[in-house]
Amino acid sequence: MAILITPETKIIVQGISGRIGQFHAQEMIETGTNVVGGVTPGRGGTTVLGRPVFNTVREAVEATGADASLMFVPPPVAADAMMEAADAGIRVAVSVADGIPAQDMMKVKRFLRRYKETRKMRLIGPNCAGVISPGVGFMGIMPPHIYMPGRVGIVGRSGTLGYEAASQMKELGIGVSTSVGIGGDPINGSSFKDILELFENDPDTDAVMMIGEIGGPQEAEAAEYIRDHMTKPVAAYIAGLSAPKGRKMGHAGAIISAFGESAQEKVVILQEAGIKVAPNPSSMGVTVAEILGKKAAA
Amino acid sequence: MDIHEHQAKDILAKFGVPVPNGGLAYSPEQAAYQAREIGLPVVIKAQIHSGGRGEAGGVKFCRTDEEVREFAANILGRQLVTKQSGPAGKGVYRLWVEAATDIAQEIYLGFVLDRKSERIMIVASGAGGMEIEDLAENDPDSLVRMIIDPASGLCDFEARELAFRLGLTGSQIGQMVNTLRACYRAYRDLDATMVEINPLAITGSGDLVALDAKMSFDTNAMFRRPEVAALRDLSQEDPREAMAAGSGLSYIGLDGDIGCIINGAGLAMATMDMIKLAGAEPANFLDIGGGASAERVVTAFRTVLTDPNVSVILVNIFAGINRCDWIAAGVVQAYKEVGMTIPVVVRLAGTNVEEGRRILESADVPIITAGTLAEAAEAAVKARPNAAAA
Repeated sequence: MAILITPETKIIVQGISGRIGQFHAQEMIETGTNVVGGVTPGRGGTTVLGRPVFNTVREAVEATGADASLMFVPPPVAADAMMEAADAGIRVAVSVADGIPAQDMMKVKRFLRRYKETRKMRLIGPNCAGVISPGVGFMGIMPPHIYMPGRVGIVGRSGTLGYEAASQMKELGIGVSTSVGIGGDPINGSSFKDILELFENDPDTDAVMMIGEIGGPQEAEAAEYIRDHMTKPVAAYIAGLSAPKGRKMGHAGAIISAFGESAQEKVVILQEAGIKVAPNPSSMGVTVAEILGKKAAA
Repeated sequence: MDIHEHQAKDILAKFGVPVPNGGLAYSPEQAAYQAREIGLPVVIKAQIHSGGRGEAGGVKFCRTDEEVREFAANILGRQLVTKQSGPAGKGVYRLWVEAATDIAQEIYLGFVLDRKSERIMIVASGAGGMEIEDLAENDPDSLVRMIIDPASGLCDFEARELAFRLGLTGSQIGQMVNTLRACYRAYRDLDATMVEINPLAITGSGDLVALDAKMSFDTNAMFRRPEVAALRDLSQEDPREAMAAGSGLSYIGLDGDIGCIINGAGLAMATMDMIKLAGAEPANFLDIGGGASAERVVTAFRTVLTDPNVSVILVNIFAGINRCDWIAAGVVQAYKEVGMTIPVVVRLAGTNVEEGRRILESADVPIITAGTLAEAAEAAVKARPNAAAA
């Protein structure tokens, strides 16, 4: 039943009392997501959107049995919120914060290694749109109505390009099992490969659309994994064909600084691994249709 | 965020890296004074945020007072174009005057964020002086790499091992260990993203000294590093990019004529790719960021319009954390306030899209709307005043 979010997932929102946190928590609840509470230090004992608010993640987990957390916590304290969630026993956490210091993320990734695999937290993001399993629920900032329930997984660095892919697929009648934004930062909680592994093992996913961009080694690592270990078909798109070298294109991680990090080079690496690459961003949908063996409607 | 060589040397010296005696000058008189204080001969180095200064004539070995004054007078106020500076070059407004060093060997030493291990990595080579890119290409075997565990930090035995691998001997080993520890601490304690000493010279008497130094910092961490943030030099930055960053926009000027206002870095890059495929070139990269207000949209229009090459503006918004109604209100407000004389193409999708479209339709402004990414790019390319002629 999809990945990361299932009907059994109990979700808390860290930062539920803030304006942005409340706006998106409300959307989550309205679309049927199982939001069981929130955390805002100092606001314990109050309620927001009819859900109890706790001072600490530990209290929230003890009282509600929550196993997932969506964080609307500002960048300077976002890393601390991640470590608090991991320590309280949260299993899946999504951070949307844009602007976390790189060394904070270095610390978080080291911190997460304290816990055994059986209770280790899986972190999605930061600087990402979140996770949605259409028809089941979502944790993030995406507009849920653009996703149609179905059997194709989406994983991408960019939130907005993930929306673009989902809406193109919907136009062609192709639905989504789960869509995961892994974020645009140089150090992120989960890589393309981490999410591809989940999709490969998910009985409700038939194929995957992977949306990469310039900068970093994670697309190449994913290409190797797809070639050697994946049985399901994968389509891809890489943004930034027109990006100049050495300039940071918005995302902290979107900068061509080493060999193999330009869009052109990544496209070649993916194609050599047997992955179908969409030639432009408006043909992401038809490329998914092709790997599914369907006739493209457009 | 980049800083000047003299600032990087100042920081690294405080952490314990040996640097030559030197002083700062903003005029030929000050340069002559510094040279006198330090003692001739000296090396004078133009302070700009770019590498390749030596080849571009920004560094000079001076033996006399006249040479110092002449070089300083000649270079101050000039735009220095290097192979890394871009065609416009960078303005030279300050000089670093430094004691000349007798060089026996040059070492390359760099600390960077390795994205594969997600840790700080040391890159070093006994064949310094060259740029790291050239080293990687011409002499890859000389490169020594070491990844540092953030829990323990750089251990002395690791630093020693690296010193031995670079072929150092005797008292140089201890000096190298100190230098590596100092660089690592500076990187970690000040939220750097890069520390580079190139060259780290071995002098005629066998001692280590940093002849050039570069540091870059994590802009996301500047809220807790005010002493570093204060070192920012706006004269070395593109004024449009700096202005945009001040309003929460991420803007990068490019060479084309289609101005772009987009939400999300990925969608911005993809839209630029689409413009290119439609046969034109983007004038800029611009991400308006999350939760953009109408005011921020107006600022985005003003920023894009400071580029005289822009002949059409393409707004492409797929709203998640943004809201189409706020964006649409911003577009209408911008159209009226800015005095738009060029065509504007708008594509809205996502959160509150119906409300956004209604705002655009009911406003009395001649905006071209598009339904999809491909339609928007094509409409923008066609809407250019010179499109028929081209």
